Amino acid sequence: MKLEVQGLCFGYSGRRVLNNISFSVASGDCAAILGTNGVGKSTLLKCLNRILRCQEGRICIGGADIRGLDGNELARRIGYVAQTSRFADTTVFDAVLLGRKPYIKWDATRRDLELAQGVLERLSLSEYAMRSVNELSGGEMQKVAIARALAQQPDVLLFDEPTSNLDLKNQLEVIRIIREIVRESDMAAIVTMHDLNLALRFAGKFIMLRNGEIYAAGGPEILTAESIRDVYGVDVAIEAYGGSKVVIPR
Amino acid sequence: MSQGYKAASSGLGGIEAYHRHIRFKGLLLCALAVLTFLLALICVNAGTAKINPMQVLKTILGGGGEKDYIVIWRIRMPRVVSALVAGAGLSVAGCVMQNTLKNPLASPSTLGISSAATFGANIAIIAFGAGTILSTAGDPVSINNPYLVTVCAFICSMGAVLIILFLARLRGFSPESIVLAGVALSSIFGAGTTLLQYFAPDILIAAAIFWTFGDLARASWNEVLIMSVTVAGCLIFFFFQRWNYNALSNGEETAKGLGVNAQRVRFWGLLLSSLITAVTVSFLGMIGFIGLLGPQIMRRIIGDDHRFLIPASALAGSIILLAADTLARVVISPAVLPVGAVTSVFGGPMFLYMLIRGRRGRA
Repeated sequence: MKLEVQGLCFGYSGRRVLNNISFSVASGDCAAILGTNGVGKSTLLKCLNRILRCQEGRICIGGADIRGLDGNELARRIGYVAQTSRFADTTVFDAVLLGRKPYIKWDATRRDLELAQGVLERLSLSEYAMRSVNELSGGEMQKVAIARALAQQPDVLLFDEPTSNLDLKNQLEVIRIIREIVRESDMAAIVTMHDLNLALRFAGKFIMLRNGEIYAAGGPEILTAESIRDVYGVDVAIEAYGGSKVVIPR
Repeated sequence: MSQGYKAASSGLGGIEAYHRHIRFKGLLLCALAVLTFLLALICVNAGTAKINPMQVLKTILGGGGEKDYIVIWRIRMPRVVSALVAGAGLSVAGCVMQNTLKNPLASPSTLGISSAATFGANIAIIAFGAGTILSTAGDPVSINNPYLVTVCAFICSMGAVLIILFLARLRGFSPESIVLAGVALSSIFGAGTTLLQYFAPDILIAAAIFWTFGDLARASWNEVLIMSVTVAGCLIFFFFQRWNYNALSNGEETAKGLGVNAQRVRFWGLLLSSLITAVTVSFLGMIGFIGLLGPQIMRRIIGDDHRFLIPASALAGSIILLAADTLARVVISPAVLPVGAVTSVFGGPMFLYMLIRGRRGRA
């Protein structure tokens, strides 16, 4: 399954935010979208999931244009985890079961319940299943949001800054979980991130945005001192550590 | 479609716990249904005409004398069924509005529909002469053309609904713009009512104010039937939307990510909630707090799962209105208090108590 974006443009009230964005991700890819605040990273993710409708260009998943898919069909193919997840006052199990909504006709079937339970087990959330989701810590809530997106059984998972509100331990755990799931299940994941070192640890593919356009896209080799200076306006040194790159601000 | 993970093959304790949790909510609904039924029987039994409970039961089942038949079937039963239907409708309308407007304080009066209905009733009573004062001791103020009042109240309230939905559509149906449009309309209709009353004679002002007191006795079987069909149709629609409301409770982006067309769900939710409010207020007058109290009490007990919250809110609304009406009839019998005043007198402090005790979760 492949997600292809061709010539995507989007703007708010006549102000162009994204201009001529084109890239693709395939099953098993972990892609990180990088750029400064306000450059359009979150907007791009929302366009990919049709939360916002792009004004020009095409987004295709598995060859099908997402404009032609109904809401449930799209939700079965693309899962989305918002930057700050808000939860209704339900149990963790109910919150994850809601991820089965695109499949549910009248009420949750035995299979829906088993899939929800499977996700809870996979993310080590089983012990919290019957607790109110609003009693959990920020890290646990983020895992519940990921679990809900996983319950959708999508082909592509979109994460809008999944580690922004987490401490270091939870950041690393969430990143590890996303990577493992992508590897195990042959999905693709697209993540917006600010922390370049975390992005290097997580992703194999990078899309750097500048002024609403793609500045560079490719593997870790595109993250150079020059590209980071151009995109972020910050001087950095790139060092090798344990076989991978580390970005050190000067 | 990728698998993502495997369905649980072992350790199904979570599913069993979930089933227990669901059973508990189901039992709670059954308990509420039984309580509603018992309260309805008490309500039928309460009144100035003393009829013993066995006789009441016998009359309901088709026996009993002619006098009992008239008291039970022509006076008390329409009132009880009105309470059941209006309570359920207003409470679920509040529940849906709180969900779609993302506002725990949203209720059927939030969008200015009640103000619009009051304005319509004032036009009928003051401008079209549908109200008067009778000299009889028992009921000094009377509406002599209730149908005209109802029709005017309904037209104005539906007009308010359409204006709000039109204005909201211009701004993409954001909950904030809908609430603000409701506040503005409420203010406009309130001002219109004040101006009408300012130039009206005392007799007609009295009749207009009398109309605003919610009163379940106004409904005959014809009105009860119209209310029942409207409320039942809307409740069925809302129940079909329960998964969409659950998704919306988790935020608009999450809902859209789960395939929900948030604008469409919001449009129909508001339109039908407003329709329930317009029909109820037009037939019965203002009955406050049911739309706020019913869903808020149930949300604290049953949580935000609309599979259970919608039927629980309906039953809670019926219970509150039945209890309020019974109280209104017995507290200073043979005089009857306006049920709208009773719901507000007891609803306000109860709501404050709930706020002080703390909220279990978000609306």
